[in-house]
Amino acid sequence: MSAGAEAVVIGASAGAVDALSAVLPALPKGYPLPVMVVVHLPPDKKSVMAELFRGKCAVDVREADDKEPLTGGTVYFAPPDYHLLVEPDRRLSLSSEEQVHFSRPSVDVLFESAADAFGPGLVGVVLTGANADGARGLRAVLAAGGTGLVQTPTTAAAAAMPLAALAAHPAARALTLDQIAAHLRELGGTS
Amino acid sequence: MSDKTEDIELRLLLEAIHKRYHYDFRGYSVASLKRRLTQARERFGCDTFSQLQDRVLHDPAVLPALLAYLTVQVSELFRDPAYFRAIREQVVPHLKTYPSLKVWVAGCSAGEEVYSLAILFREEGLDERTMFYGTDINPEALKRAEAGVYDLDRLPLFTENHRKAGGKSSLSDYYTAAYGSAVFDKSLRRRTVFSDHSLASDAVFAEVQLVSCRNVLIYFDRDLQDRAVGLFKDSLVRKGFLGLGAKESLRFSAHADAFAPFAPDERVYQKQGDL
Ligand SMILES: C[S@@+](CC[C@H](N)C(=O)[O-])C[C@H]1O[C@@H](n2cnc3c(N)ncnc32)[C@H](O)[C@@H]1O
Repeated sequence: MSAGAEAVVIGASAGAVDALSAVLPALPKGYPLPVMVVVHLPPDKKSVMAELFRGKCAVDVREADDKEPLTGGTVYFAPPDYHLLVEPDRRLSLSSEEQVHFSRPSVDVLFESAADAFGPGLVGVVLTGANADGARGLRAVLAAGGTGLVQTPTTAAAAAMPLAALAAHPAARALTLDQIAAHLRELGGTS
Repeated sequence: MSDKTEDIELRLLLEAIHKRYHYDFRGYSVASLKRRLTQARERFGCDTFSQLQDRVLHDPAVLPALLAYLTVQVSELFRDPAYFRAIREQVVPHLKTYPSLKVWVAGCSAGEEVYSLAILFREEGLDERTMFYGTDINPEALKRAEAGVYDLDRLPLFTENHRKAGGKSSLSDYYTAAYGSAVFDKSLRRRTVFSDHSLASDAVFAEVQLVSCRNVLIYFDRDLQDRAVGLFKDSLVRKGFLGLGAKESLRFSAHADAFAPFAPDERVYQKQGDL
């Protein structure tokens, strides 16, 4: 058990639903850390993610609200067409500023702001996706002393996002989805 | 709060901008502001926010460029069509009972939200009796709002949004295309005033039936959100309407009791009678 993990951020794009289905339902009820997730989705879609995973997960799952304080045992999805950020006082906030990597929400935006707020207490997880979003963000997580986990590219539905993340920082660890799930449980002291 | 050097410098930069130019960003959400100011810092070739502060204090030409980073200018005509549909179908019937109307679009950016409402009000036969106030703190945006000129490549999206918002006419009735631009009809802003007004420092200036303030409050911390909503409350007539952005709500607001949800899914509230 590694001491001091305070929050988890996850980014996923193409293939996200399957990958998240291997990770989020593995978190037990009472999981102590808040988990924030960015999935790339078309902007005009009502978010189906929170609804989809609510039924599958032991932890609470919801779409993030602006200025909501973070609490453990909750998965927060970024709403479609908004960036999700973490404020220094560890509240969530939303922004409709420009797309990053053609995406709003963007993984980089969440990871960079969360790295700022949580420093070494942050765990950043980059899953499957067909773009480079998340690489800069993961670098920020590691630079702030946090932990970086990346889905092993060969096991990802789309390898580009994990590859870019691994290329961005040598200290990031490549793991399968099962290993990532186990690692997150461990970081929460609930293995 | 964090006392990282960078955060101290950021606060001092905002303090300097306020003292020197009276733009008050001190109550803004930090995370996205910091992100955008980091981009500005890079663009100005500064290593630290302190260097950027030095530049902005001593070179008045820097502030206008900085404002483009400090204020997010993303908008669309009929952005979130369901909101405009709710205004059309649920709010307009109430507005029709007033002989004259005033509408305040706070944080109007380059005017997209104002033109959307002006078109909707024309389609609903209300435009002749309505005054629109479009306010913002970004002078460049206000200039563009006044001009009513948008890139032609944005028009397919605008047209689609207008249709989804229950548009009763063709959007092309309201603009002329020329040289890659769409110029919106002057008649749409005949009864419109665009002006500089800050929700962070200015006071109420009119009594209105409808306030539309979308995607502005998310940039404010909770105290500043309360200030802004307080202005809306004081500006609205009894039973007047307040429309917010798709992810904004009065749930945590100090003024929540003064409003009742009216079209909750579309974030439209109605001001309650005096208590
Ligand atoms: C993201 S845009 C929203 C545009 C439009 N309302 C919409 O929803 O599409 C935010 C706008 O708020 C303006 N703004 C920021 N701070 C403000 C303040 N203190 N008072 C008034 N407007 C402000 C910005 O200049 C920008 O034009």
